[in-house]
Amino acid sequence: MGFKEAVESEKFLVTAEVGPGKGTEIQGLLEDAELLKDRVDAINVTDLQSSVMRLGSLAVSHILADKGIEPVYQLTCRDRNRLALQSDLLSAWVLGIKNVLALTGDHPVLGDHPEAMPVFDLDSVSLLQTIKTMNSGHDLAGNEFNGAPDFFPGAVVNPGADAGAGLEMQIIKLEKKIEAGARFIQTQGVFDLNSFEKFMKRVEGFKVPVLGGVIMLKSAGMARFMNSKVAGISVPEAQIKAMAETKDKVRTSVEIASGLVRGMKDMCRGVHIMAIGWEKKVPMVLEEAGLK
Amino acid sequence: MMVAEAKPLAEIQGMIQGYRKILIAGCGTCVTVCLSGGAQQVEILAASLRTAGKQQGLAWEINEETQLRQCDPMFVQQIRDRTGEYDAVLSMACGAGVQTMAETLGDIPVLPALDTLFFGGADGQGGFVELCAACGQCILSRTGGVCPVARCAKGLTDGPCGGAQAGKCEVAKDTPCAWQLIYVRLLRLGQLHLLKESTPPKARRVHPARLVREG
Repeated sequence: MGFKEAVESEKFLVTAEVGPGKGTEIQGLLEDAELLKDRVDAINVTDLQSSVMRLGSLAVSHILADKGIEPVYQLTCRDRNRLALQSDLLSAWVLGIKNVLALTGDHPVLGDHPEAMPVFDLDSVSLLQTIKTMNSGHDLAGNEFNGAPDFFPGAVVNPGADAGAGLEMQIIKLEKKIEAGARFIQTQGVFDLNSFEKFMKRVEGFKVPVLGGVIMLKSAGMARFMNSKVAGISVPEAQIKAMAETKDKVRTSVEIASGLVRGMKDMCRGVHIMAIGWEKKVPMVLEEAGLK
Repeated sequence: MMVAEAKPLAEIQGMIQGYRKILIAGCGTCVTVCLSGGAQQVEILAASLRTAGKQQGLAWEINEETQLRQCDPMFVQQIRDRTGEYDAVLSMACGAGVQTMAETLGDIPVLPALDTLFFGGADGQGGFVELCAACGQCILSRTGGVCPVARCAKGLTDGPCGGAQAGKCEVAKDTPCAWQLIYVRLLRLGQLHLLKESTPPKARRVHPARLVREG
């Protein structure tokens, strides 16, 4: 079953994520993807995550598709204007890529080439609108395509945005994304099931499947770093303490992640697991959470 | 107004190295208000360069002059006759002033003593903040009078990214998230419904822009 069919079915969805590296070496990434292949519905391929220059998501998504591993091609507005975005989307379609996750993208100043020009000609909402237009056989200028794509577009939301204005605006923007054609939603990493449940109540009328984001903690230091540097992520002190005191970091990380996955089973349509280098441990998380 | 700041003295010295008789030209408009290039700053720069010149044994002859507006040829014309005797003019205007002066004066090098930063206003604490990006398609009526094009690091017009934390921008923790400001203003105005409207992608302005007055 393809990812689109899985989303349109009733099944509990599982997606994972791989991040292309700096350079041309892809063996490790392909091994991770092979290992995950039969355990997940699709694998996201990140697009210069955190604005760090890396191998591109288009090439890696294509290689995965060729190997029969269904990719979710992550595409940000940070580095491409509307010409490049549309052209890359056409390229993606002819290279066998069907699922696109439309993102605004981090600002370049946060990455390893802070002097780079931030493009943001479109944003996540107008990129989704663009994909919808392209699916209908036209480009943004209204020109007709000779051969049109039929993408399955998705979007993201940050349920951990600042309570009040921040979260209200995330929800309003999520509605705009859905109106603009998003067919599935993957969230930023969630650590607190209570507040995630409240968020899910707010969006239950939206009728688009939400996959809750689960980030695997690798250490207490990483958790503290994310709390201070990564927007919308708030790892509770109890989890930081558990990571700091454990003798077996992998074991504890798997326990925390699988606990979140188990909790999300009754709250949303699926989970999106971001292992950030620990992709080989994802099967353990799924097994422990009682999935497959 | 145009907000600018003085270049480092060493860079200015490097630019005027090869010249002997130099006119430092101030501008009486925006850069006077933002305390970067008015008569007072001209005086200070002239004194600093004279001292530096003496220390390095350079025989710079430096004079001072401040026009009301360097970005208007009409004002620059008024000093044209007097500039003939100089080897170079060091302009303390914004980039628009430097260029208008260069074009109007013709045969004399006009060098920038300032770096032009942005269009902005006073922040009430002695500083200045960027407020307008001169995009040419003003949407302030829909954003509570707060411009996301100039004040959001990504220039997002469809709502915030997920990056703000405690109401501050992910790019600079001392910068308020423009969308947070927009939300608060729209709330006070009873116009939160405007957040639900999508903004079509802007037509990017083609440089150089021009405003022609008929008749």
